[in-house]
This record gives sequence, C-alpha cells and structure tokens, in this order.
Amino acid sequence: MPTFFERRQIVTPGDLIAEGDYLAGENTYTEDNRIYASRVGIVEYENKKINIVALRAFYIPKIGDIVIGTVVEVGFNGWTIDINAPYSALLRASEVLSRPFKPQKDELSQVLSMGDLVVAKITAYDRSHDPQLSVSEPGLGKITRGQIIRVTSTKIPRIIGRKGSMVSMITQETGCQIILGLNGVILVTGKNPEDEELALMAIRKIEEESHTSGLTDRITQMLKEEKTKGEEKTKNESKS
Amino acid sequence: MSQKAEKLIDKKGLRLDGRKPDELRPIKIEVGILSNADGSAYIEQGKNKILAAAFGPREMHPKHLALPDRMVIRCRYHMAPFSVQERKSPSPSRREIELSKVIKESLEPTAFMEYYPRTGVDIFIEVLQADGSTRCASITAASVAMADAGIPMRDLVAACSAGKVDDTIILDLMDTEDKQGSADVPVALMPNQNAITLLQMDGTLTSEEFENAVNLALEGCRKIYAMQKEALKTKYVDVKEVEE
Repeated sequence: MPTFFERRQIVTPGDLIAEGDYLAGENTYTEDNRIYASRVGIVEYENKKINIVALRAFYIPKIGDIVIGTVVEVGFNGWTIDINAPYSALLRASEVLSRPFKPQKDELSQVLSMGDLVVAKITAYDRSHDPQLSVSEPGLGKITRGQIIRVTSTKIPRIIGRKGSMVSMITQETGCQIILGLNGVILVTGKNPEDEELALMAIRKIEEESHTSGLTDRITQMLKEEKTKGEEKTKNESKS
Repeated sequence: MSQKAEKLIDKKGLRLDGRKPDELRPIKIEVGILSNADGSAYIEQGKNKILAAAFGPREMHPKHLALPDRMVIRCRYHMAPFSVQERKSPSPSRREIELSKVIKESLEPTAFMEYYPRTGVDIFIEVLQADGSTRCASITAASVAMADAGIPMRDLVAACSAGKVDDTIILDLMDTEDKQGSADVPVALMPNQNAITLLQMDGTLTSEEFENAVNLALEGCRKIYAMQKEALKTKYVDVKEVEE
C-alpha cells in the first residue's frame, strides 16, 4: 500500500497518488485500486482518505451555501442570477417580496434590476435542475454598499481559516464586515474606503499565497504594518 | 523532389536544424497567461508559437446544443493570417475545421464529461506562428489550459509527431520535413493511462516502419508530458519559495 507523494506536494491531473487500501477523496479518482489526481492541487492525507486541495477549480452549487450573485435577467416571476458557477441560479419573486406575488401589480425590475448584487442561500439543486435561491433569512438580500472581490472558490476555506480564525482576524484588524460567498465572491463593508482597501489587500495576499503555511501570522503582521503606515500618513496630513 | 529530400538528413545523420533523428525541438510551456480565460497556456515548440485558452464548464449557448447527461467540449483551432509565410485567409479553412474536430476528440477522453451535464467547455487554439506539427503542439497546450481551468481530468494529454524522411524515422517533424518527407504520424497520449487518443498517418510507411514511428512518437509524448507537469507546477512553486 504505497503512497507516491508526501503531504502538501503539488500534483497534476493523472498523477498516481496511492495504491491499495486508501479512500479516494476530493479531486481524485480510482482505477484498479489505484488513486489518481484529477486536478492541479496539493495532497492532503486524512487517515486513509486522500484529498487534493485544488489550486484551480470552479464553484459547484451545494444546498445551504451562502453565495453572492449578480442579476443577469429579470423574468416574469423572478430573476436569473449569475453565481459564478456552471449553472445560473433562479430567485423567485415571492421569495424577495415576502408576500404573494401579483404580476399585474409588481414591477420586478424596481425591486432588483440587472447588475444588482444579492447575497442569497441555495435552497435546491441537483444535476438535472438549476439551483434555486432564497433571501428570506437575516443578512441576505440586495447589497447596497461595500466592495466586491472575486477569488477562486476553492480558496474560500483558506480565507475562513481554521474555525474562522483568518476571517475574524481580518474583521478585527480592519473593522470591516466581511461576507464570504462560497462561490468565490467576497463582500467587504467598512466605515471608510481605506479600511476596505486594507481588507481587500489582505484577501488578495491570501489568495496568492493560499498554499503556503503560517499565513495567518504573516497577514496579521502585514495588516498591523499597513495600519501604522496609514496612521502616520493621516498624522502628517493633519500637521501640514 | 527526390534531390531535395536527400538533403533533409546530412552525412552525419543530423537534420536541417542540427537535431538527431530522435530529438525533440526545444519546448517552452507557460501556464495562465491570459487573465480573461478560465485557463490558458502558451507553447513554443521550435518555431511553433501557439496560444490555447479554455473556458468553462459554463452554460451552453445556443442552449439546444447542451446534452442532458454530460458536458460538451467545443474546440476552435485557428491559424493567424501571419502564422505562415504567405498570408492565410482568416476564415476557417477545411483543414482548420478538421483539426478542430480531431483536437476536440483527442481531449474528450480525458475530461470527466458526465460530472457536469448541460454545460459546455470551450477551447480556443490560436496558432501565432506555424512550423509543422501544430496539431500536436495545440493538443499539448490545450490540455494544459484545461487543467489550468480546473476541469477535472483523468490525465494530461501530450502529443508528438513522428515521420519518415530519407528512409529514416524521425521525431517531431518541422514544416520542411513534413512537406518534403514521405510520412507523418501524429500521436496523442494520456501517459499515465497509457491510452492513445489521437493517431493519424499521412503518407506511406511499411507496417514495421509504422510501428517504429508510433513507438518513437510515444516516447516523445512522455518527454513532453514531463514538461507539461513541470509547467503547471512552476506556476505555484514561485510563491512557495518566497515563504522558505
């Protein structure tokens, strides 16, 4: 039962990772009791299970996921939302209006129009049906302020960190509210644009270096440095 | 023509560009150079310069082309008007349409098509400069672009050609060898699966010569495969070194 790669090594599609009594996890496939990689990624062993943390992948909808999407079409009784996945999602009018929808009375484009961004939850999805969205929970709905950043969807767990350590650290350091869409779209809302810019910088750095270790500490350090820089700047400006 | 053909391999057994019969041209592969595409690759194989971009899986347009049980791969192979000595009309020629189909079919076995029904993957291959065996270099680049797009794949596809000039079996034909030689055998391989996904022949070969040519091409494919993997990995290694 040999394994051919060490933990945290980069593999490419087709690489033989292990032979024999192992379980094929994410981004792998088995053939003749052998486990191969199906994506570019990093090998992780979890007891007998072999996972590949993909470095490049796209978002596949999952029921219960919070996503951030763009309205691309206003229909007769709902909206079509682009959620950055192979399938576009449907948001029904009755979900948003929270009362029975009357086609003759309600003008849908006044509620949500093309290009609007929404935070929503996936309520239904399978291979043969497009995902359905809902905005009926607190915190969901149309986005009115803040900044959007797009990352590869597989990097969202890295931005969350172990038990949310990374995202809570950024929230604490920058004072921004961060909503992570699992489809790789992130909303950052802060008191002023400088704070938001700082949070965006941290997220961009995480995306670039997501496959390295000790990242949380480096990001904390970077944020602290940038903050003192920013403070000095404002001090100098107020002096002059 | 027979006079010209004699010159293709000199007395020392070297080819026009100084290569040995079983030697590949210098190859350079770069990954992820187009930011608008989901995945992309650029390959230089000798004088060949080819860009490949992959999009998707995404919703199929027009919608009636989508299949209910699997994803669809579409491929466009195109040669730029300036890719050859004499201007090539930019409209798709008979040859380009055929190569698009052949390349598509050589890439299909590698993707897990049944994972994402009703979607489509688009692959665009743009030949910027052509110097023989562009279909092979295109397949090599396109499969790297697909991996870069994050499409689940069984294996990378590496492709290489072999042929015969002056009664010698040679690897990786360039333009003059292709045009003046007596045979050309392009082969595409999924090396870890040991499965051939493209095998064509143009010209005449005895069955023995054909076998030798295929074996030589397969060897070339395996060398190219190593380079593909290296190219995909180096994209991420740079950041890793910063940390250490």
